[in-house]
Amino acid sequence: MAEHRNPPKLQDADNRFAPIKPLMSNTMAYYESSRCLFCYDAPCTIACPTSIDIPLFIRQINNGNLTGAAKTIYQSNFLGNTCGKVCPTEVLCEGACVFNKMNIKPIDIGRLQNFATNSAILTRQKFFVVPEENGKSVAVIGAGPAGISCACQLRASGYMVDIYEARNNPSGLALHGIAPYKITNEEALMEVEFLREQFGFNVFYNTRIDSKEDIAVLEAKYDAFFLGIGLGSSTEIKIRGEGKPNCIGATEFIEEIKTRPVSTPIAKRVIVLGGGNTAMDAASECARLGAENVIVAYRRSQPEMKAYYFEYDLAKVAGVRGMFNLAPIEIVGENSAEGVKFIRTETVNGILKEIPGSDFVIACDLVIKATGQAKQTSLFANISGLTLDEAGRISVNGATGQTANPGYFAGGDAVNGGAEVVNAVAEGKLAGDGIHEYLSALI
Amino acid sequence: MANLEINFAGIKSPNPFWLASGPPTNSGYQIMKAFDQGWGGAVWKTLGVPVINVSSRYGAINHRGSRVVGFNNIELITDRRLCDNLREMEEVKKYFPNHAVIASLMVQTKQEWHQIVNDVQNAGADGIELNFGCPHGMCERGMGSAVGQEPAILEMITRWVMEVAKIPVIVKLTPNISDITEPAQAARRAGANAISLINTIQSLVGVDIDNFVTYPVVENHSTNGGYCGPAVKPIAMNMVKNCAQHPLVQIPISGIGGIENWHDAVEFILLGASSVQVCTAAMHYGFGIIRDMTSGLEQYMDSHGFATIDQFVGKALPNVKHWEELNLKYSVKASIDEDKCIGCQLCYIACEDGAHQAIDLNEDKTIRTPRINEENCVGCNLCSLICPVENCITMVRKDDGTQHQTWKQRTDANNIPVTFDDDLAGGLGHTIPDPVKAFGKL
Ligand SMILES: Cc1cc2nc3c(=O)[nH]c(=O)nc-3n(C[C@H](O)[C@H](O)[C@H](O)COP(=O)(O)OP(=O)(O)OC[C@H]3O[C@@H](n4cnc5c(N)ncnc54)[C@H](O)[C@@H]3O)c2cc1C
Ligand SMILES: Cc1cc2nc3c(=O)[nH]c(=O)nc-3n(C[C@H](O)[C@H](O)[C@H](O)COP(=O)(O)O)c2cc1C
Ligand code: SF4
Ligand code: SF4
Ligand code: SF4
Repeated sequence: MAEHRNPPKLQDADNRFAPIKPLMSNTMAYYESSRCLFCYDAPCTIACPTSIDIPLFIRQINNGNLTGAAKTIYQSNFLGNTCGKVCPTEVLCEGACVFNKMNIKPIDIGRLQNFATNSAILTRQKFFVVPEENGKSVAVIGAGPAGISCACQLRASGYMVDIYEARNNPSGLALHGIAPYKITNEEALMEVEFLREQFGFNVFYNTRIDSKEDIAVLEAKYDAFFLGIGLGSSTEIKIRGEGKPNCIGATEFIEEIKTRPVSTPIAKRVIVLGGGNTAMDAASECARLGAENVIVAYRRSQPEMKAYYFEYDLAKVAGVRGMFNLAPIEIVGENSAEGVKFIRTETVNGILKEIPGSDFVIACDLVIKATGQAKQTSLFANISGLTLDEAGRISVNGATGQTANPGYFAGGDAVNGGAEVVNAVAEGKLAGDGIHEYLSALI
Repeated sequence: MANLEINFAGIKSPNPFWLASGPPTNSGYQIMKAFDQGWGGAVWKTLGVPVINVSSRYGAINHRGSRVVGFNNIELITDRRLCDNLREMEEVKKYFPNHAVIASLMVQTKQEWHQIVNDVQNAGADGIELNFGCPHGMCERGMGSAVGQEPAILEMITRWVMEVAKIPVIVKLTPNISDITEPAQAARRAGANAISLINTIQSLVGVDIDNFVTYPVVENHSTNGGYCGPAVKPIAMNMVKNCAQHPLVQIPISGIGGIENWHDAVEFILLGASSVQVCTAAMHYGFGIIRDMTSGLEQYMDSHGFATIDQFVGKALPNVKHWEELNLKYSVKASIDEDKCIGCQLCYIACEDGAHQAIDLNEDKTIRTPRINEENCVGCNLCSLICPVENCITMVRKDDGTQHQTWKQRTDANNIPVTFDDDLAGGLGHTIPDPVKAFGKL
């Protein structure tokens, strides 16, 4: 897999937030689509959480039917454009492409998908005819990928759909979380607008649904509910000195740089704590914004990192340095963080141990905590009958997205604990069908 | 070391690769440049009364990332004055005395033929090629393929030429005819020294589906053209073979049609050509491809122990038989190399939908390598042709080689199916899946 990708180059990072998967030209798309074998029961499609008929849309591109290609994509995945840009294709469709078995570069599926859908969005194609309203209505909470996908599927079955969104924009983490060199805010918003024009769901922004009263108002008005509220703020590490103003959570930091002008001044020396994709993104973004020294410090060894190898690669070429087997024990400094005190660790018989007396301080001007996102427990507590699993995720029926309260369905990060946009889209669509089945049976 | 020199019906050339008459041989400048890069000979762009051409002139077929696998033109013969061409011809011969310069000619009356033959002889041409092949523009004026399609007229005109020719004469044949050996025999009867084939195939290369006109477009209209390039090679090779095998043809053949590398050239030579001509490939890639062509041919000859081209001209001909002479007892079956298989399952769907339902998928979907059902496999080759991995599906011989039986022998022994429901039908062993079981409806 990795061997066949061109490794990202330093000059790519120079151009701070230049897209890492830029739009293909017609010629590139023609040659790349020519390579696809049109596999039977294609492994790439099997690997796609939304089961896009990849060989079909690639053949449509190759035969000059760009609109048909986009339609094929949107029929399986309402956020086809966003997914083409932000999916970790290396471990999904492209990772499954049969070309890997011959040590030949797999088909550039993500970029072809982006190529076809981009053209459809720009030319405002209409792929869906919304049927007459069936008299029933559904409230979707959260306008992230899961909520949008569920709303589209419900509209396609004739339901009136209102989306309630706490923020002033749709797209959830696709807007305020995903790295800007994967997708720009304009691109993310453009696709949601493309969908809204076709499906005609309503979105109420700046409307957080939280209290018992909020729930009561909604329950009086709607026949069913979808919870697509994602995850909460960054988790605490629970070490001394954590409360200092320049020791912040990764998702909050990323949201800041994605929603404020990019000229936000950045600290010179940054330490990012964590070993997942969010840690890589935060570090990479700091380096791209001009921080001189960016360290990702992880408690365990490099191979144990949860981040995909290509995300670590991307951070490294931006100038990020990885340090391993270092556990933070204190954020040091008077009124603000001036450094992180670490202790070295080792794994003995599968158990992570701190090495006594090995502690030392690395100085810095900013600490970013990327050790996970908390669950949104307050809303859950106010919905009767909802059950959560031991990790705080909403429990649902995997085939329908239905929660323990039969009128409530859920999907996306709130259910899977934090996966990818494509999983949220798949789960939102599935729940749309689940709601349709549930409400049809009630008649 | 292989010697690539040839003596083609008296025309000597340092190697068998000639540029065919066309845009690459339009001028002395181009021909000298080609000779300088290693081409052995060139057939000058057809001379005659100069024409006026249209714009645009070409169209092409692209296939999944390969450009110009088929090429189509509506160009006519030379649009340059004869005097300029003759002067340049003399110049070429002066600088390249050992290379073959062949003048392609197309005129109408006997007097014109006599005059132009004398002119090119005086200019130093090593040979003459009579263009009886052009399938557009010229045939409507009673020339080109209009001649090539009428063996009697072809014979008459060739005789006119032979009356004054002092250098070898090659007759170039049109493929736009049902039996290519008819004009080939006529050329031989008239005393021609050699034949060359094929010229382009009458064609429409494509339709502009938005403006309802075929390509290439001239203002709002178009016309049929001549088809050439890699796509026509199989048609050309079959015609070369038909001429080479015909007992009443037996004169040297210059092979033309879709040749772009040494491998193509070797194939034509094995089917009876003793020189080859190239047009589209030179138009696509320039003259530089000659280095790959000569080096590949040398390599091939060395590895097969052929010292000269003569030693393998027509070497495949004895093995190209009529269908009824093939051994019906010979049996191959497909075999999949599991280590090479990448699991694309193209072989499965090809055999399932397009052949004999002889490839099964594994019940465990995670095992993607299909299995051959030898009972149903008829050994058609389809799967091995479609498999994207080199040598992954091979055809393995299953009969023991002791039995030999042809359709001819069976016919002679009254052992062939003769009624519609005959039990001698060849496909009786084939199990066809039950459609209801397979997809639940009928
Ligand atoms: C830093 C980072 C980088 C990432 N990079 C990638 C990537 O490259 N590729 C990829 O595929 N995925 C990536 N992801 C994951 C991806 O963004 C998420 O999996 C996806 O956005 C989940 O969609 P969702 O709809 O479930 O939740 P979210 O995107 O979180 O959307 C939830 C929405 O609900 C709203 N909301 C929350 N609570 C309430 C409430 N009580 N009332 C009303 N509205 C509410 C929120 O404002 C938000 O708009 C990344 C995530 C992070 C954190
Ligand atoms: C294996 C094979 C068998 C064919 N058998 C027949 C036949 O029985 N009857 C017929 O009219 N044409 C037959 N054809 C010719 C095709 O119908 C068709 O005219 C030809 O292949 C050109 O079309 P294509 O370029 O799409 O293949 C056959 C073609 C193939 C490849
Ligand atoms: S696995 Fe690769 S080659 Fe096969 S259909 Fe998918 S993209 Fe095309
Ligand atoms: S050789 Fe022909 S019949 Fe045999 S398995 Fe392959 S495609 Fe099927
Ligand atoms: S076509 Fe070749 S590579 Fe593909 S499944 Fe069949 S045997 Fe394997």
